[in-house]
Amino acid sequence: MKKTRILLLIVLVLSVGIALVGCGDDKPTLNVYNWGDYIDPEVINDFEKEFGVKVNYDTFATNEDMYVSIAKGGTNYDVTFPSDYMIERMIAEDLLAKIDKDKIPNLQYIGERYLNLDFDPNNEYSVPYMWGTVGIIYNKKMVDDVVDSWDILWNEKYQGQILMLDSQRESIGVALKKLGYSMNTRNMDELEAAKEELIKQKPLVYAYVGDEVKELMVGEEAALAVVWSGDAVAMIRENENLAYAIPKEGSNIWFDNMVIPKNAPNKELAEEFINFMNRPEIAARNAEYIGYSTPNTQALELLPEELKNSDVAYPSDKAIENTEIFLDVKDVLTIYDNIWLEVKSHR
Amino acid sequence: MKMKIFSYPYMLWLAIFIVVPLILVLLYAVTVTEGGSITFTIENLRRFLDPNYIDVLWISIKLALETTVITLILGYPIGMIIAKEKPSRRNTMILLFVIPMWMNFLLRTYAWLTLLGKNGIINYFITLLGFEPMNLLYNDGAVLLGMVYNFLPFMVLPIYSVLAKIDYSLIEAAEDLGANKYQIFTKVTLPLSVPGIITGITMVFMPAVSTFVISRLLGGGQYMLIGNLIEQQFLWVGDWHFGSAISIIMMIFILIAMAITSKFDTQKEGSSGLW
Repeated sequence: MKKTRILLLIVLVLSVGIALVGCGDDKPTLNVYNWGDYIDPEVINDFEKEFGVKVNYDTFATNEDMYVSIAKGGTNYDVTFPSDYMIERMIAEDLLAKIDKDKIPNLQYIGERYLNLDFDPNNEYSVPYMWGTVGIIYNKKMVDDVVDSWDILWNEKYQGQILMLDSQRESIGVALKKLGYSMNTRNMDELEAAKEELIKQKPLVYAYVGDEVKELMVGEEAALAVVWSGDAVAMIRENENLAYAIPKEGSNIWFDNMVIPKNAPNKELAEEFINFMNRPEIAARNAEYIGYSTPNTQALELLPEELKNSDVAYPSDKAIENTEIFLDVKDVLTIYDNIWLEVKSHR
Repeated sequence: MKMKIFSYPYMLWLAIFIVVPLILVLLYAVTVTEGGSITFTIENLRRFLDPNYIDVLWISIKLALETTVITLILGYPIGMIIAKEKPSRRNTMILLFVIPMWMNFLLRTYAWLTLLGKNGIINYFITLLGFEPMNLLYNDGAVLLGMVYNFLPFMVLPIYSVLAKIDYSLIEAAEDLGANKYQIFTKVTLPLSVPGIITGITMVFMPAVSTFVISRLLGGGQYMLIGNLIEQQFLWVGDWHFGSAISIIMMIFILIAMAITSKFDTQKEGSSGLW
């Protein structure tokens, strides 16, 4: 009997404790939904202090994860960070709130080339956060060929040393580009050819990976990998044998923007946050921490020379002349899914 | 009568968190949404008959069966060794066996990544002994190792608890009647431990057939298992109907597997029981 009484007491104390924590602070809260490993945590702390608010921070791994949790409802995020093609889809499906530009004076620091892009022609719904490219990171000690083409990922010399992204859109995009097609194609023959190309490549591939790619490349477990430019910056920082190249056939250039979902409970605070993130010194600190490329021209000036002049993070116009922005391919998504299934289950 | 009242909260719990979601999954599986209207169809289930999907199902079941067999072969002796110890040492051994399970299984699986990597610890020792480094990660063996490692306790614990409870006087009686060690095992210990084996098989096979994290991490994303397929439908394609249909098909297969094992259980007890 004594034991049950003690147990009851513990349960009681715990539940009271939880209840107290639950209603203890009535600060306004901001619910931020971002990619994993994609912000300097200090920046969030500063925002909380300066505005006397609490930030609930949640992360996702792919645009699709984020889209499903917002589109299916039941969430109440105030700010999220989709990429170009996903913004296009979310606008089309009426999932985003229009942003009041008067509330975001720091929009003036954003470079011309990052504004008014096709997926959001007047930036009514989105404010640029980061941008970058998809390319090949390679270990100079392990690769003695020139890396300037996607072909190297099909070179049998590097069997078992190639890492691909475990992401349908990017991997199929790479195969399409290698064949000289558009990454946004809806042509079945071209997609079929891309599938054959990926099946041909499979025996050479060490693994299809997500965020683990960073540890694998830094730890020299593989020679070549398809990565996003910002991750490349972070990896090169940790292992100087690594280098990054944007293949000459062209690649994907992407933009991650901040948006406010239509059902955001605290739109004003969300706008405050977006404005805060574009304050030059904050944007610079954040960009330096995560390694991705900032569209904020004032912030760029504040970055350390080394990063500012890095052609990984800030490639020349020539290097990105063949790059394409992803368009939404929602209507052929099942085709993409089937291609990926066939590639994955091929053995 | 009192017990009945106490059981209501559990019934409610079951209804809300198990029965209703199951019905929802079933509803999703047999419907499609087209332009806002919902129609009943078996299209989702028929779509699964595509050879590619059948292939995925077959690979998943094969892998789960392999895992179950290996954990049984490894787990039974372990359960027996622990059950034969003195009670005080027994508890310590079980504790040692269970402690790793206090850690999140993702962390434990990640640990294998660093152990098995090309420049990992195991390869370090292999090269130290003068051999060529081996390719240990991102292949069938690595996936199987990860599954067996993660699910072994689920096999050992039920077998151990059944074995520990066997009345020792039965074994003494067998000895008195002149049975040798082998006969005692096949005629007494093994038949009495069948319920533990069945529980163990169930507890390993079910999670093994639906796992997707282990195969992704240790298989390097080169495997499409049925779990990955379902995840893909829900998170990537956003086709909840087809995703639910695959879930239902998987549940059916698990049910069949369970029916077979429980049948085996009763047969054992009926015909070739203890005496």
